[in-house]
Amino acid sequence: MRANVWTLQTIFKPIKLVLRTRYIYWVPSATIALAVLFIPLYLIIRTLGSGDEVWEILIRTRTLGVLFRTLALIGTVVAFSILLAVPMAWITVRTDLPMRRLISVLAVLPLVIPSYVGGFLIVVALGPKGMLQNFLQDLFAIESLPNIYGFPGAALALTLLSYPYILLTVRASLRGIDPALEEGSRGLGYGSWSTFRNITLNQLSPAIGAGSLLVALYTLSDFGAVSILQYETFTWAIFIQYQTAFNRSIAAALSLILVLVAVLILTVEAVTRRSSQLYQSSARGMRTPNLIPLNKWKWPAFGYSCFIVSLSLFLPIFVLGFWVVRGISAGESLELVWTHVFNSISISALAAGLTVIAALPVSFLAVRHSGWLTRFIERSTYLGFALPGIVVALAIIYFGVNYVPFLYQTFALLLVAYVILFLPTASGAVKASLLQVNSKVEDAARSLGSKPINVFLTITLPLLKPGIITGGALVFLVTLKELPATLLLSPIGFQTLATSIWSATTEAFFAKAAASSLLLILVASIPMAWILLRDREGIR
Amino acid sequence: MRPRAIRCMGVTKHFGSLMAVHGVDLVVDHGELLVLLGPSGCGKTTLLRVIAGFEELERGALTVGGELMAGPKHHLPPDKRKVGMVFQEYALFPHMDVGSNVGYGLDRNPEKRSKVKEMLTIVGLEGMEHRMPHELSGGEQQRVALARALAPRPDVVLLDEPFSNLDEWMRHRIRADVHRILREVGATAIFVTHNQEEAMLLGDRVAVMNQGQLEQVDTPENIYHRPATQFVAKFMEIADFLPAQSDGYVLVTELGILAGPLGLYPGEEVEIMLRPNDVSVAADETGTGIITNRAFKGANYLYTIQLRTGQVMHSEHQHNTSYPVGLKVNVSINQSHELLCFVKGELRTIPVRANE
Repeated sequence: MRANVWTLQTIFKPIKLVLRTRYIYWVPSATIALAVLFIPLYLIIRTLGSGDEVWEILIRTRTLGVLFRTLALIGTVVAFSILLAVPMAWITVRTDLPMRRLISVLAVLPLVIPSYVGGFLIVVALGPKGMLQNFLQDLFAIESLPNIYGFPGAALALTLLSYPYILLTVRASLRGIDPALEEGSRGLGYGSWSTFRNITLNQLSPAIGAGSLLVALYTLSDFGAVSILQYETFTWAIFIQYQTAFNRSIAAALSLILVLVAVLILTVEAVTRRSSQLYQSSARGMRTPNLIPLNKWKWPAFGYSCFIVSLSLFLPIFVLGFWVVRGISAGESLELVWTHVFNSISISALAAGLTVIAALPVSFLAVRHSGWLTRFIERSTYLGFALPGIVVALAIIYFGVNYVPFLYQTFALLLVAYVILFLPTASGAVKASLLQVNSKVEDAARSLGSKPINVFLTITLPLLKPGIITGGALVFLVTLKELPATLLLSPIGFQTLATSIWSATTEAFFAKAAASSLLLILVASIPMAWILLRDREGIR
Repeated sequence: MRPRAIRCMGVTKHFGSLMAVHGVDLVVDHGELLVLLGPSGCGKTTLLRVIAGFEELERGALTVGGELMAGPKHHLPPDKRKVGMVFQEYALFPHMDVGSNVGYGLDRNPEKRSKVKEMLTIVGLEGMEHRMPHELSGGEQQRVALARALAPRPDVVLLDEPFSNLDEWMRHRIRADVHRILREVGATAIFVTHNQEEAMLLGDRVAVMNQGQLEQVDTPENIYHRPATQFVAKFMEIADFLPAQSDGYVLVTELGILAGPLGLYPGEEVEIMLRPNDVSVAADETGTGIITNRAFKGANYLYTIQLRTGQVMHSEHQHNTSYPVGLKVNVSINQSHELLCFVKGELRTIPVRANE
C-alpha cells in the first residue's frame, strides 16, 4: 500500500507547496461558496436591472395567487406528513408491532420514487378515465370522479412521497430519548397517554421540526408533481414563464421570490429550534427502553402501517406494473431506451463523485479549522439545500448564455448545478465521518515520519470511507431523481430516465412512462439499500 | 562532547492565557526520563506538542540531538523530526491491525516484519500482530501505542498523560511495564502527567510546571523535600504555610516559638512550610485550634484545624483515638526533623531543635 502512495506522491510533487499550506482547503471551499452565493445574487441583479415593468407584470400575473397556492400546498403536505409519520415512527421504534423491522425499512423506501412518477401515478390511477374510474364504471356505472388535478392530487402525491423525511428524523430522535424521562413521568403518577403527550412529544418536537423543514423544502422546490398535476405553484409558474414568455426577467423575479420563501422557511425553523433547546441529563449510559406491548391495538396498528406502506410503496409499483403489462398487451411499442438508463447512471455517478470531492475541503475546513470565515463558507454551501433545482438551473442558464456561451448546454454546467444543489447532502455525510476521526491519529502518523499527503492517503481517507460512500450514494440517489435542472441544462439530445419519464407523461405515453419509472425505481433502490444496510449496522 | 538530547531555550507559545508556554528553558540528557508535572492547563501538553513539531514556536529555540528543530523563522515539520509520541487516547490507527500500526513508522524493508515482532515482544504482545485495535484492552492499546512510537528508534519519545484513561489497578501495572520498557530500549523520554505519585515513581528528574513556566527541575527527592517555590510544595502534597516573625534569634508563631534560621533581621516575615505529619493535635479545652473536618484515610485520620486567627492547618498522625469535629485542640509543631521556610519567596532551612 505504501508503494502506491510513494508513486502518487511523486506525481503530486509539483503541488506539494499547495498541499503544505492550507490553501488546499481554503481555495476550493471559497470557490464553491462563491458559486452558491452567486445564484441568488445573480437573480437579484437580473431582476433589479430589468426595470419597473417586471414588477407590473408580476402583479398582473397573479403572483400573489401563486404564492398562496405554494404556501397552502406546503402547509397541507407538512401537516399530513406529520400525521402519517409520527405514529408510524412511534409504533415501529417503541412497540412490539409484528414485523416492525421489515415495516421500518419499507416505510422509508418511498424516498426512491421521484415526485413526477408520483404525479404520473395519481393521473393514471385516479384521473379521468384512470384505473379507479374504470373500475367503478364497470361495477356501479359511475361516469366521473371528483377532479384529482390541482391541489388534491399534488398534496396527496407529495405527502405520500415526502413523509419518510419526518419518519427518519423522528425515529432517530425516539431512539435517543432517555427512557428515564418517561419513567420519571410515570413514576410521578402520570398515565401513559399524558406521558406521551407531555414528555415524548415534547422531546420529539425538534425532530418533527427538522423533518418538517425537509418536507417543506421538498414541496417548495418540487417541480415534477405540480407540473404533471397542473397546480400552479412557483416552480411551475417559473417554468411556464421561462418557456413561453419573451421577457425572461419575470422568471428570474419569480425565482427570487421562491428563494425568499425558502430562506423564510429556514429562518422560521432555526428560530423555533433555538427557543426549544432541550435538556438531557446524560448523553451516555442510556438504556434501551423496553418495548411497549400493544395488546389489543396490535392488529389495528399493524393494519395502519401496512396501509400506509401499501399506499406509498406497493400500490405505486403495482400501478406501474399494470400499465406496463397493459401497454404490452395493447401492442404499444415500449421502446425501452437503454441509453436513458446508461445516461442516468453515468451522469448520477459523475455528479456523486464530483460532489463528494467538493465536499471534502468544505468538510475539513468546517471540522478542523473553525472560525467565523469557515462558518460563513460552510453556511453558504448549505444554501444549495434551500435552492430549488429550477432556480439554480435558470440562474446558470442566464449566466451561461450571457457570459460563457461556449459552456452553455454542456455537461460542465449541468454538473455545476448538481454540485451546488447536492453539496450539503454530501458534506453532511462526510462531516459526520470526519468528526469521528480523532485528529491525534493524524498527528501520530506525522510523528512517525509520514508526510501530510501520505497521512491523508493512508490514514484520513480510509477512515472517511464510510462517510464518503454514504454521501456518494445519497447524491447518486437524488441526482437520479432530479428533474428540473436535468431538463433545463442537459445538452441537446441527452435524455435520462427522469427527463424521458417527464416527456412521456406530458405526451400521454403512459406505458412508456411506467416502464421507465419502474427502471428508475430499480436503479434508485441500489444506493438506497446500501444506505439502509449501513444504517442498520449503526443501530446495532 | 555529545550534545544534549533535548534543549529548550526560551521556548514561548501562546494560545490565549491558558495552555500557554512562556520562556521555558529545559535540558534533557540522553537516556534520561524526565517527567513534566503540573496541573491541567499549565501548558505541559503544549510544550510537548512544540517539541513534537505540532505547534510552531513564537520565540526561543529547540534542538533535539544537537540539531535545530525550531527557532527564529525555522520550523521542521513533525515528520522530519525523529520524535516519537504516545498520546493520551492512544490514537491507534483504527483501520489497521496491531502489526501495521507498529510497522507504520518503519521503512519498507525486509527487516520490517522482524522489527515489528521484536517490538511486540518487548512490550509483551508477541503473536498479536493480526488483532485489531478495538479488540484490545486499554492496557494492550497502550502497549501498542508505545511499541509504535519506539519502533522507528526515535531520538526522543514524548508521552502525553499515557495512563489517564486506565483505571487505578491497571495504571499501577502498566506504569511499571512502561518504565521497564523505556529503560530497556534506553530511550530518552519526556513524560507528561498531573499525578505527583506517578512523577516520583517514573522520573529521573521532575520538571514542575505552572502557568506556562517551569517552577523547578530537580530529582524527585529534592522536589519533595526541598521545593523551590510554595507552588511546588503545595502541588506535591498538602502543605500549610504558617506566618512567623523573626526576632533575630527565634521565630515567633501563633503556635509558639521555634528556633529560627540564622541571619534574619529582627521583624523579618517568614512563612514556615508544614506538612500534615509535621503537626500534632491533642484535645485541650483551652486549646487555640478547633477541628473543622476529619477525613478517614485508612491508617490515619487527616484533620483540618482552624486556628484563632483563621489560619487553616492540617494534621495527619496515627491516632489511637479519633477526635470529633468541633473539638478544641492544642496544636503543636513536631520539630524532630528540619523544617523549611520561605523568606521573601526564598527557601531556608530551620534546623532540628535540640532536646527541649
